[in-house]
Amino acid sequence: MSRKVEDKIRSSEITDYKVYLNRRNFMRGAALAASAAATTFLYRQLNPPPAELPQGQQIETVTTRPDDDLAKSGFKVNEKLTPLEDVTNYNNFYEFSTDKREVAAAAKGFVTRPWSVEVGGLVNKPRVFDLDELMKFEQEERVYRFRCVEGWSMVIPWVGFPLAKLLEKVEPTSPARYLSFQTLHDPRRLPNQRTTVLGWPYVEGLRLDEALHPLAILATGLYGQVLPPQDGAPIRLVVPWKYGFKSIKSIVKINLVAAQPPTTWSREGPAEYGFYSNVNPHVDHPRWSQATEHRIGEFLGRPTLMFNGYAEQVAHLYEGMDLRVNF
Amino acid sequence: MKDTRFAKVLIFVNSLIPLGLLLWDTYRKQVGANPLEFVTRTTGMLTIVFLLLSMAITPLRRITGANWLVNFRRMLGLYAFFYGFLHLMTYVSFDRFFKFKTIPGDVAQRPFIAVGMLTFFLMVPLAITSTNQMVKKLGGKRWSQLHKLTYLAGVGGVLHYWMLVKSDTRIPLTFGFVLLVLLGYRLVINYVPANRAVPSLFPKS
Repeated sequence: MSRKVEDKIRSSEITDYKVYLNRRNFMRGAALAASAAATTFLYRQLNPPPAELPQGQQIETVTTRPDDDLAKSGFKVNEKLTPLEDVTNYNNFYEFSTDKREVAAAAKGFVTRPWSVEVGGLVNKPRVFDLDELMKFEQEERVYRFRCVEGWSMVIPWVGFPLAKLLEKVEPTSPARYLSFQTLHDPRRLPNQRTTVLGWPYVEGLRLDEALHPLAILATGLYGQVLPPQDGAPIRLVVPWKYGFKSIKSIVKINLVAAQPPTTWSREGPAEYGFYSNVNPHVDHPRWSQATEHRIGEFLGRPTLMFNGYAEQVAHLYEGMDLRVNF
Repeated sequence: MKDTRFAKVLIFVNSLIPLGLLLWDTYRKQVGANPLEFVTRTTGMLTIVFLLLSMAITPLRRITGANWLVNFRRMLGLYAFFYGFLHLMTYVSFDRFFKFKTIPGDVAQRPFIAVGMLTFFLMVPLAITSTNQMVKKLGGKRWSQLHKLTYLAGVGGVLHYWMLVKSDTRIPLTFGFVLLVLLGYRLVINYVPANRAVPSLFPKS
């Protein structure tokens, strides 16, 4: 039987063994290359490269103060600045993405004009500030440490103005004890607000005396240019002695109130995030230590400083308070 | 699939590609602002992915009848161990910078690290007994009993991930769901008797 079949095939029709092997190797090579390309593609999809540097408009008039003044006030820390690339590609801004590396891409094209901030509540002169009006406040450069509750930190040259200057204009009344801040709530522009990873809109709060402290600023820019979307454009709070999440981004509303207002993260995890959330190396997060931090761009960890190194300026605000209870 | 050897090469190479890209990106400084976190996260993710892949072989075999799939199970499992080892080493070498004394304190403070370490140590005997010789030595039955530890490692891995995220639990929950399906399938197969008589709704009179 087998002999018959063999007989039917002429020897000239039999593929040469070498050709057979070549073809086989070629197919194998192709399969290997194709699958490797697919795996690489998949990996790249899941780990997109960092976004390009923002080419934001420069802020024209930024005041700088004499150096002596700066060091003592804490307005300018003398530490190496975190590169713009890292400041704009490593962001916690859950309204865009919960992945710090993906916020920049998701925030690209975020429209910040027109924009206004409504300031009201317990004030004599409630007012809606247009962004242009806010930019008319004297803009100063402030180089602050920025410590995230997750354990990493940066040094950022902000541009902005003291929150106290804004409060002067609206004249808080005597029952006002706290400020409550609110981020824009617009799922079309802040796409991750369609999910329920946090309760929207993001809200934050400060005690009035904290808000009046000269270190507390409303930032409108960084590195001399207007705030990139991923960093909280067009206007955000910066309170350098508190964990980063207190520094609420893309603010649309500020209310002066009598009672301590709710804040997003303490509502999400009351045992993990308190109202004050002052940077404190002695009070750990229930799930990790706060004694050290990873400064972005450095290899080894460094100790975290009390009040993020601003104890001299702000410790008096908390005199007599148990910071373990009021964490 | 007849060409098992080549298929193994294919899987072997593709499983190494993520590591290659990770090293290449690290070398080019393209791993973002926090390279340590990125390397830790990527190796951790790969560990769970390979654990789940290795656990998917048996259900896939049973459902599709593609028995040749079993040829790849060991390699996938060993890759889970390999990436788990890299993940642990990233923690020990960079996060702790070989300050071994600080590890117990850190583990106590961050329970998710304890869970992660335990999970890795569960995989050690599995890796050791992965050779044909060891299967023979242990005997098939005992060997497969021991290798049920994989399920526990899967649970540990997902739990470890779930414990460390701040609020967005979607990825760990997705892994958890896949794990649940894979384990649930085994429960159904092993403990629900096939062709069980459908109980009557009405008592026999």
